[in-house]
Amino acid sequence: MLIPKLQLLDDDLVKQIISEAIAILKSPGIRIHNQEALELLAAANCKVDFNAQVAYIPETVIRQALETAPHEFTLFDLNGNPAVHYYGDKIHFDPGSGGLTIIDSQTERPRLPKTDDYIKFTKLVETLPQIDAQSTAFVCSDVVPEIGDLYRLYLALNYMNKPIITGAFRKDTWWTMKEMLSIVAGGEDAFANKPTAIFDVCPSPPLLWSDFTCQNLIDCAHYLIPAQLISMPLAGATAPVTLAGAVIQHAAESLSGVVISQLAKAGTPIVWGGSPAIFDMREGSTPMGAVETWMISCAYVQIGKALGLPTHAYMGMSDSKIIDTQCGLESMGSNFVAALSGANIISGCGMMDLESCLSYEKLVIDAEMIGMVKRFLKGIIVRDDPIALNLMQKSGHKGDFLTLAHTRRWFREEQYMPSDVIDRASFDGWVARGEKTTFQRARDRVEKLIPTYQPNKITDDQRRELREVTLRVANKFGMESLPDLPHEM
Amino acid sequence: MTNQLFRQMAQCIIDGDSEVSAELAQQAVVQGIDPLEAISQGFVVGVNQVGEAFAKGDAFLPELVMAGEAMKSAVAVLEPELARRGTERTMLGKVILCTVEGDIHEIGKTLVGTMLSSAGFKVFDLGVDVPVMKVVEKAREVNADIVAMSALLTTTMVHQKDVIEALEDIGIRSKVKVMVGGAPVTKEWVKQIGADGYSEDAIGAIKVAKQLLSQ
Repeated sequence: MLIPKLQLLDDDLVKQIISEAIAILKSPGIRIHNQEALELLAAANCKVDFNAQVAYIPETVIRQALETAPHEFTLFDLNGNPAVHYYGDKIHFDPGSGGLTIIDSQTERPRLPKTDDYIKFTKLVETLPQIDAQSTAFVCSDVVPEIGDLYRLYLALNYMNKPIITGAFRKDTWWTMKEMLSIVAGGEDAFANKPTAIFDVCPSPPLLWSDFTCQNLIDCAHYLIPAQLISMPLAGATAPVTLAGAVIQHAAESLSGVVISQLAKAGTPIVWGGSPAIFDMREGSTPMGAVETWMISCAYVQIGKALGLPTHAYMGMSDSKIIDTQCGLESMGSNFVAALSGANIISGCGMMDLESCLSYEKLVIDAEMIGMVKRFLKGIIVRDDPIALNLMQKSGHKGDFLTLAHTRRWFREEQYMPSDVIDRASFDGWVARGEKTTFQRARDRVEKLIPTYQPNKITDDQRRELREVTLRVANKFGMESLPDLPHEM
Repeated sequence: MTNQLFRQMAQCIIDGDSEVSAELAQQAVVQGIDPLEAISQGFVVGVNQVGEAFAKGDAFLPELVMAGEAMKSAVAVLEPELARRGTERTMLGKVILCTVEGDIHEIGKTLVGTMLSSAGFKVFDLGVDVPVMKVVEKAREVNADIVAMSALLTTTMVHQKDVIEALEDIGIRSKVKVMVGGAPVTKEWVKQIGADGYSEDAIGAIKVAKQLLSQ
């Protein structure tokens, strides 16, 4: 049986991209504004210019790091069940993250999200079977900005059961976030054994590790916490305009991340991820819905696989400002090629407006896309042998397939059953149901799903501890109390 | 003991298993269970559950149709026993069902038949490509409450109108309600040809048929 698969690069091009990336790390080298990383590299016999904060990494060190980096690992849900298997061509989906606004369901325009929005979004992700993991989706506007990153995780941990893709905005908040994850897991070792979270770490294009993100990477490694490299070449602005050139810059930045993580702790899980884009030459923006953006992502995923690493992509997003045709066509195209490339986790559902805005309605629409994409990737499956001959000999002229046990046996596996977000009624049926647009049907579905949310199993003590830890940091930044959480969890 | 049998009856309908439903019906006859009770407390419970699951979006057409088929095969076994006892299943009404002359599209029509019969209507399914006069004669013969006609083609849907006119010609139009269905049929068409009702889908047909007979 053939599993559909997409590859944009031939073997020679894969080799050339990797070899140019390796050569770049030797010259001009990688800029690292972090003392600990520079020392790690110097100790591993890399040439390091401590004044200029540039490291020159030889191929042997890179090859060694690729030897020790794991080919696979698993994220678990809060009940300890495996949920996201970073392995081979397995695919999973989680929402886009780091959003600043949310689409208001009534006005259909973006606004600043608050604690209630975050809780609702987290609950919604839990109720959608197509979505495999949570993300720290957006920053809440009702807390001080200094705790924006960890407050997201605090809320998520109170309501999530699925694992979470997260990230820190500072050096010190990482430690608080790690403490929170340990509280919920029942200790540091328990967390390392069955990680429920992965941290995104983002080098800055071109070829720079900022101090805090590099420290996050090293700290994750020390505690065997999985980290995801998010290299973001902007083709034509902070990276070469050619797609192949952008993929090379991505590979160079990502290889340096693999080296730093493995030098900090050999064997720590590290993911070949990213969020590249082309630079829009008219608007000066970073379109996630551009076909070339998808191509850069698909290509770097292929490079990651060639290197034997688990992979990630920020895809399935749109640049549209409202839930409209552009929103649908960009998200669907991007989700499809990402999945066909076999990126182990695809972050982006629910996200729009140049990676800045989330929407409940887009999330449930995207869940339908993901359902379709996952069905597509299962391929054409042979259920019986002979496939249809016996069946047709018995029933071929009658056309009574709807009444056959064979139909009942297979229809749910052969067909993806969409929710009523997808309209397949007759015209009059559509009229009878209120002539609703996709957005209206999605809004109805959100309200239908939220009451089906099931609380997670963390204890009242754990909830209290989480709140104390969060409040402690909030106090430090001049916030005396945290917004109340609703009593029902 | 009997309760357990009723539960099995409901379950075989949910499973859409026509063989088991016939077997269980036979068991009920052998054990001397009132066939009306076997239907109302056993099989119909299953039909209702599948119907509710379908309405909620948890069940789909194959399950609905096979539940209907399983119901039919149970009722077929119970009918001689009903006759022997001189009782009858409460019947909601008699329905003449067909796809009109010149049209051989069957799926939607058969689906409606299955739904109506499992809801408790007595359905006379005349099949496809049925001549106008055959429909009205059958309606007169069995004293039908409803004539239900399907057409998938715009070229054949005109025969729905012919049937209504023929019902008038033989003087029984006032005694029967006329339901029409099929992809090209709209509310406007229903009005235009003077039919009494139509439904968007097979499940909706049950509601329409019940409403028409309660008028």
